[in-house]
This record gives sequence, structure tokens and C-alpha cells, in this order.
Amino acid sequence: MSIILNNVSYVYGQGTPNEVKALDNINLEIKDGEFIGIIGHTGSGKSTLIQHLNGLIRATSGEIYYNGQDIYDKDYDMKEHRSKVGLVFQYPEYQLFETDVFKDVCYGPKNLGLSQKEAELRAFKALEMVGFPMDSFYRSPFDLSGGQKRRAAIAGVLAMRTEVLILDEPTAGLDPKGRDEILDLIARLHKKYNMTIILVSHSMEDVGKYADRLIVMDDGHVRFDGTPREVFKHYKELEEIGLAAPQVTYVMHELKEKGYNLNTDAITVEEAKNEILKFYKEKA
Amino acid sequence: MGIIKSDKLTYEYIIRDEEGNVDSIKKAVDEVSINVESGQFIAILGHNGSGKSTFAKHINAILTPSEGTMWVDGKDSSDYDNTWDIRQTAGMVFQNPDNQIISPVVEEDIGFGPENLGVKTEEIWERVNNALESVKMTKYRSKSPNRLSGGQKQRVAIAGVLAMEPKCIVLDEPTAMLDPNGRKDVIKTITELNKSKNVTIILITHYMEEVVNADKIFVIDEGKVVMEGSPREIFSQVERLKELRLDVPQVTLLAHELKKAGLPVPLGILTKEELEDAICQLF
Repeated sequence: MSIILNNVSYVYGQGTPNEVKALDNINLEIKDGEFIGIIGHTGSGKSTLIQHLNGLIRATSGEIYYNGQDIYDKDYDMKEHRSKVGLVFQYPEYQLFETDVFKDVCYGPKNLGLSQKEAELRAFKALEMVGFPMDSFYRSPFDLSGGQKRRAAIAGVLAMRTEVLILDEPTAGLDPKGRDEILDLIARLHKKYNMTIILVSHSMEDVGKYADRLIVMDDGHVRFDGTPREVFKHYKELEEIGLAAPQVTYVMHELKEKGYNLNTDAITVEEAKNEILKFYKEKA
Repeated sequence: MGIIKSDKLTYEYIIRDEEGNVDSIKKAVDEVSINVESGQFIAILGHNGSGKSTFAKHINAILTPSEGTMWVDGKDSSDYDNTWDIRQTAGMVFQNPDNQIISPVVEEDIGFGPENLGVKTEEIWERVNNALESVKMTKYRSKSPNRLSGGQKQRVAIAGVLAMEPKCIVLDEPTAMLDPNGRKDVIKTITELNKSKNVTIILITHYMEEVVNADKIFVIDEGKVVMEGSPREIFSQVERLKELRLDVPQVTLLAHELKKAGLPVPLGILTKEELEDAICQLF
């Protein structure tokens, strides 16, 4: 069970003077239950890539397989594919439109042709999964806080019984606590429901902390693909393509350059702390 | 009196029911009194819904106080006759540059502001040239804004405000939608404007790393100023900031954790250089 991209290329405005190759021969395998972070500067191709995964954009050339089936096959049920591979856009709260949260979350399942009762059961379950407080189910989505709105919007996607959840910068514009809450929610969906997570982010600290695997996009290519630890080792190359490593990674590397024989692997505050403490104790 | 001064500024939103009757009143800003001197770089922090944006909108008279007073460059914003002067004194840059850019060509967009002020044509061009130079976007002057990256668009939006020659620029989460490089460029640009042109900067952000060089930080919660001080004073209170749904830069947190574990590192470390120096002192 996985998503496989085989030589996928995509050209915007093909045949016009504004032709841009947004994806250039991408080969990837996304396995079941992975937590993947996708990073890259604006215009690197990350949004184009994720829109391919749920079939919103059709590759100019190449194939995409979901669980062994070619999604561009004539008989392939693209509608079902889009339920299985759910995409949460940037600022998803702008898509909330119903008079109350519960109705809004029911909208997707009802459009699948499910009965009112089935749609409501799914909405209930989805709101439960995102930890949405029950006493707010019938509030207008416009009366909610930024973080709650976003939770409601994610529930709207989960109500489709998503197996793969793709989120495009789900924390943009949230305060630090709100950021942590949404990321913790995503981590919980991954752990508890074994959902495959694909997280597009501009925060190296966040992907370093949460993702098991990082895919770095640059100029329509996959530049790096590995664990955060492996990828952030290339912090100098990352800078060249407009990215960075977490702040603590720099601290470790710079201390090493100053002659302290520390392990420079740390990518989270916790890891850096433990490494420095260990080093301090050995010295003392 | 500083360039921006508020005295017990209060702003109330009136929430009405479907018939239009007053349902409840919410105080978004609650008796805020602050004073900003000309040329300062000020940061305002606060969680979503804390009232910081509502307060910021008073600085260029998009909103006027329900109670209390706001003076911008000595002018009372509640006096409607002052509105246009105030908007020329204090420019505003919002989170999403796409909502702020209107022309199909970069240089025309920047000229839009001064043109509306009735500035002479030659002077408009001069201002456009200077503004483009200040944000280092001269080579994109004849491009279409929609071909630019987020950070570049945001710099165009800043140039558009600069062309009005404001004494003060208020930026409400200008980097929320940008990638790391775009973020760096925008912060560099406004720091430069503050240093070389003495433009007063009011920066609202959720990225703590962006404000470590500010002259002063105000932290707002439930419409009130709850903390006020230098970045070092503010960021040495890690636990308090967490209670307020905020955070500290990653290196500050690492220093804090090391200190909790018993290492003698000083409080309120703000940059990776400071942290490295502190660690070097240990050995």
C-alpha cells in the first residue's frame, strides 16, 4: 500500500511563452503510515507536487500509482481517490461556509451520496478525531478562534475517511501555542489512526520535530530525501536553495567548529540539551 | 509625546443578533496606554485574538477608539479632520501581499499611493525609484507582481507604503505566509529602513526570532498590555510567555533548558552567538 510517482513531470502553460517546468522527472515512493515533511522555497514545486497526489493536477508525463493502481487509468475512480487522499489547503478556514460547524463537516460525506444519518455519524467521528469540543458543534464557524476554525476544516477532510492526509502549511498565521496544538493533533492522527501524513511546511523546527522523513524540493526536483537528521546535515546546501536547518543544529555545528568535540546530529531542543549535558558531565 | 501615543485606548466590538439588537459587547482593546518614540523598532506579540491587530489598526485610523485617545504624530485620531494626515504618517502592511497589490506592473503599484496624494509626476517617479531601491526590487520594476515570490511581493507592498513617505510603518504579520528566505529578506528590509531612514517600525509577528533585535516589546493578552520591556527582559520569562500561548526563540529555549538542568548559563539568551559564547564559558 503506497503512493508511487514514476517519472512525473508537469509543465505549466505548455506551448505558451510562459511555459514553466514545475516538476521535472519526479520519482518517489510514499509508504503507508509514513510522516513526511516537504520543504522548499516558494516556487520550488511543492504545492504542484501535492496537488498531483490527490489528482487535482494531471501530470504532463509520467504515472502515479495508488495502492498498485494507475490513477490515470480510464476506469480508476478518481472521486474515491480524492476521499482517500485528502488535501487540506493553506488557510482552510476560508473554505468553511455553513451556518454551523457540524453541518460544515457533513457537507463532504453528503456529497459522496451518503444518507443524512451516515454523514452525521462520520462528521461526529471526524470532529472527535480532531478533538473539537462537543459544546461548540453547533456554533457558527465564523465565531471560532483561528485554531478551532482550522480544526473544523481538517475534520471536514477527515470525514471523507481519509487514508493519506496532506496538509499545506497548516500552521501559517497561528500563534505559537496554536501551532503546537495543530501539530500535536496531526501527530496524534498519525499515531492513533496510522494515517499517512504529508506535511508541507516552512518551519524547519517543526518538520525536524515531527516528520520521520523529509523531502526537499528545489526547482522542480527532489533535492534531498531522508530522515530529518540526514537532511539537516546538508545545512549549507539547504541555505543555497533558500532554506535552513533548525537553530539548534547551527549551534551544534558552530560549537564543533570552535573545537568542542560534540555530536552535531541534534535537530531538536531536547536532543541538543542532552548532548550538551552529556559533554559537560564528561568534562567535569 | 512620542510619535505614537495611546492613553487608556479601549475598543469595543458590538455583537448583534439576527434582528440587529445588541447581543453583547466585546472589549478587543482594554485601556492600552503606550508611548512609542520616533525611530524606535517596536514589536507587538500576543496570541490569536489577543487584540494586537485591533490595536494596530488604530495607528493609522482604520479604527478609532471607543474610549480613550490615540495620538499619531501629535494628532488625535478621533478627529476626522486628522484621518488623512495620520494615514500619511503611518503606513500599514498586511499579512497577505496579494490583498494589497493592485497594479499589473510593480512600479505602477508603488506609484499608486503618491499619485493619490496628488504628488507631481516627476516626484512620483523619484519616490518610486527610491522606494524600489530601499527594498532592493529595482530590477523587478517592470515585472508583473504575480510573477514574484511571496517575499518579493511583500517587499513591493512595503515599497508602496514607503512611496507615501510615512514616518512610521505598521506591519501586521508580514512574514506569516513566507518561506525562510522571504522572511529573512522582509525583516532585513524593515531593519534597514529603521536604521538608515529612521522610520519607526511597529512589527506584529508570531515568529519570536524576528523580534530579538527590537528596541522594545509589548505583549498583549485579552486586550491589555501584560508585559513590556527589552527582548532580553521579555524572553527571559519563558514560562510566563508559554502561559500567554507564546514562545521564545529556539536558542533561548535551549539555554533555559540547560539552566534548568543545572548548567550556569545566563538568562535571556537571544541569539545563537550568545548561546555559543555562554557554552564556551563553561569549559
